[in-house]
Amino acid sequence: MRYLTDRKRAMGMGSAKTGTAHFWSMKVSSVALLILIPLFVFTFGPILGAPHDEVLAYFAHPFPAIVAGLTMIVGFKHFNEGAQTMIEDYVHGTTQKIVIIAVTCLSYGAAATGLFAIAKIAL
Amino acid sequence: MADVNRGNRPLSPHLSIYRPQLTSITSILTRITGNALIVASLLIVWWFLAAATSPEYFALADAVLTSWFGDLVMFLSLWALWYHTLAGVRHLIWDNAKMLDLDSAYKLGYAVIGGSVLLTLLTVAVI
Repeated sequence: MRYLTDRKRAMGMGSAKTGTAHFWSMKVSSVALLILIPLFVFTFGPILGAPHDEVLAYFAHPFPAIVAGLTMIVGFKHFNEGAQTMIEDYVHGTTQKIVIIAVTCLSYGAAATGLFAIAKIAL
Repeated sequence: MADVNRGNRPLSPHLSIYRPQLTSITSILTRITGNALIVASLLIVWWFLAAATSPEYFALADAVLTSWFGDLVMFLSLWALWYHTLAGVRHLIWDNAKMLDLDSAYKLGYAVIGGSVLLTLLTVAVI
């Protein structure tokens, strides 16, 4: 039986160097979403279920369009990093790397699709 | 921690033997709600894309999002959104090493659960 602790195994291998960057990034996006989420809920909510032409006219206005765009960018960035934390807890090895890459692709893909759609409607 | 091969050493009892507590349940719900929100997020992105594409495509996406099932997903996601938001505020408080004692943690836990239900009903009433 090996009673080596994680600390003992890590000794002499150098520091992780960038341990707090991910934490700080989550903190910044969470504070931003604290403002964006209520704005998005109360701008997107009322228009969901409206006819097509009303939806197009609504998101041609700057405020709802910018709120929706910002929520896509910050929201999917926050999801990407949060989901990565979960993956790191439950999935390990090469599978972990593949799943993190897949979730990153999904997040950027969804954000880009949302931004394209909003821009096309707004312009 | 990232090391999968932890050697052949004895492990302490894990999750399965502990009685569920408010603290542990509110904690795991933060993770579940946050990650489950991807479903509604992708539906909304799809709705925007459909609106930008054509009236026919919009009719399809809109029908899915406003069907009874779409309504159910959106309603549950709205609760998940408020829950995750309030739980996030709780983490921002904890990050400052405040209210970490058990009594405060329980108070915040009840506030997060009650607040999320209240905000959900309030949002539905307003929208």
